[in-house]
Amino acid sequence: MTEDQLIAKLIALAATRFKADPAGLEADQDFFASLGIDSFQAMELMTDLEEEFDVEIPDYELQGVTTFRALAGVLAARL
Amino acid sequence: MIPPERYASLGELLQDALVQFKTETAVIEWSRKKKVLELSYRDLGFRAARLARRFEAAGVGAGDRVAIILQNQPDYLVALAALFLRGAVAVPLDYKLTGPEQETLLGHAKPKVLVTEYASWRDLGGVQRGEPAVPLTLVLHLPPTAELPGHAERYEDALGADDAPGLETPAPRLVPRRRSDPATIVYSSGTSGAPKGCVLTHDNYLEQYRTLTKVHPLAVGDRYFSILPTNHAIDFMCGFVGALGCGATVVHQKSLRPEFIRHVMQKGGITIMTVVPLILEAFERTLRERLEERGPTAEHAVEALARLNGALTRDVPRRWLSKRLLKPLHDQLGPDLRLLICGGAFVDRDRAAFFYDLGIPVVIGYGLTEACTVLTVNDLKPFRPDSVGRVLEGVELEVRSAGPDGVGEVWVKSRTVFAGYLDDPEQTAEVLRDGWLRTGDLGRLDPSGHLHLVGRSKNMIVTAGGKNIYPEDVEVAFEGLACEELAVTAKGFVWPAAARLGTETLLLVVRPEADADPDALLAEIRMRSRRLPEHKRIADVLFTDVEFPRTASMKVKRGPLAEALRGAHEAAGSVALERPTPEVPAAREAATAP
Repeated sequence: MTEDQLIAKLIALAATRFKADPAGLEADQDFFASLGIDSFQAMELMTDLEEEFDVEIPDYELQGVTTFRALAGVLAARL
Repeated sequence: MIPPERYASLGELLQDALVQFKTETAVIEWSRKKKVLELSYRDLGFRAARLARRFEAAGVGAGDRVAIILQNQPDYLVALAALFLRGAVAVPLDYKLTGPEQETLLGHAKPKVLVTEYASWRDLGGVQRGEPAVPLTLVLHLPPTAELPGHAERYEDALGADDAPGLETPAPRLVPRRRSDPATIVYSSGTSGAPKGCVLTHDNYLEQYRTLTKVHPLAVGDRYFSILPTNHAIDFMCGFVGALGCGATVVHQKSLRPEFIRHVMQKGGITIMTVVPLILEAFERTLRERLEERGPTAEHAVEALARLNGALTRDVPRRWLSKRLLKPLHDQLGPDLRLLICGGAFVDRDRAAFFYDLGIPVVIGYGLTEACTVLTVNDLKPFRPDSVGRVLEGVELEVRSAGPDGVGEVWVKSRTVFAGYLDDPEQTAEVLRDGWLRTGDLGRLDPSGHLHLVGRSKNMIVTAGGKNIYPEDVEVAFEGLACEELAVTAKGFVWPAAARLGTETLLLVVRPEADADPDALLAEIRMRSRRLPEHKRIADVLFTDVEFPRTASMKVKRGPLAEALRGAHEAAGSVALERPTPEVPAAREAATAP
């Protein structure tokens, strides 16, 4: 899977969980702001991703991650 | 519960607790949905004794400092117990700070030993190179292939195997300390300004332990869920001193994702936990979602039951009654939960009442690091969501320079008040006067002796996540902008009417250069703000031509500036930096913070 495909997949999953329009979400946008979520909700999204990609990501890897591109980077390192 | 009166130090109290409760469970660790470790008081004592020997070999003795940068985990408690047995001083640092921020504080505290873990060690490039010099660093959870410099060592090696011989007694020789000796140095701020290390004594802690457990005692069989960081005053008291002194069990969870926190609450027999308002909000959201899933009929039925329960338990909690009436909801938060303690920031009174009506008392307290843990706490006789409670025994509280509405600055005197800031007599003199601590908080006392907080007079912003933000720490991120001057403040400090307590947001005030392009300036501010940690980001920008009032040493006079701005601008005149994000509190960091 290329980086762009991975990002598209992340955006689709996030849009489903938070009932947002995927067209309004961009790779380099701060997803806390664009989805209107807090850190608890962001961590729930992480669990969705882990199930989807069958990996386990320690919470500390997510510190400072705020964009879908950065999230894809963390995920790609584990795939 | 072990009464603290006869002990001179935390080490003495712990030594007795480790023996007296030896067959009880001291700590349980969960990793996601699995229980991965359980230590009895005897086990904990063995580990602490072995680590104390390693500390001793490293030359750690009375008054020496041992820093800890760890997420909550059983070995956090082992390290604390070991260093107190050695008569050392604990320097617990916030693991959420960046490596360089932690190194600034390490350089200030000068510990002999640092206990940390791989996740943090990776970011401590300076310590790895020996700047600042820490003679010995013990690193937990290091991958097998990773290498360490000469001044560092695997924690697991330092500790030795659990079945090492020669440790029939759990307690090594205790290094005695006096009540007035320092027990901890806790940093309350100062990642870019001057570090403020609060020196707290053994007397501070033993007295706080006594007065707090008098109102809300813990006991053998209690399971305290420790999710706030242990470096934080509340968890240090409840998830270490208080729990171990009472023979209770501390429960840790490696992952602080809501579903895993909920799992432990539901399956782990949790009876009590401390939270910050943001976590309370997440709990409420979960409960409401579950209700919605059950459909409108069930929703109405539960609401009616909650009202009934609230009415029946107004004067005093009746847990058995609430549990029957509202079992499905109680099971969501854990069938054994009896108390939620909430501090760290202002608590929304409607939210506290929501939980109380469900039969889960939310105890609201008020304290600050400079006064050990708490000064006032709600005793639930009766439940009062509007107040932070009555003063604890031994606390004198005065509201000074009160206006006609009774609101003034809160000053306190108590044996729990700290000894001062480490190596900083100037900052100490600003807050300690004739034995009284100036809290910097504004409040009033009602006729029943309950304290009501209304805001802060100090130059500090407390977010819903319980994080303290100092404006200077944020201002440095905007240096070099095309402006004459700029300042960061809480929006509510300028326009109190526009503020909601507990959801404080940051306002950047900018006096632009005459020929500056406002759009370009705004774009630059937006970009720089996004690079900051979430809780330090700017919510609104105010462009002004008001000249900033300054002191002789050119520091911004923040009170007069706020007044001048209030006179010149309406709250609506500021520009929201990001598009509005409804119901997102000022801070999002509380999941694993403060």
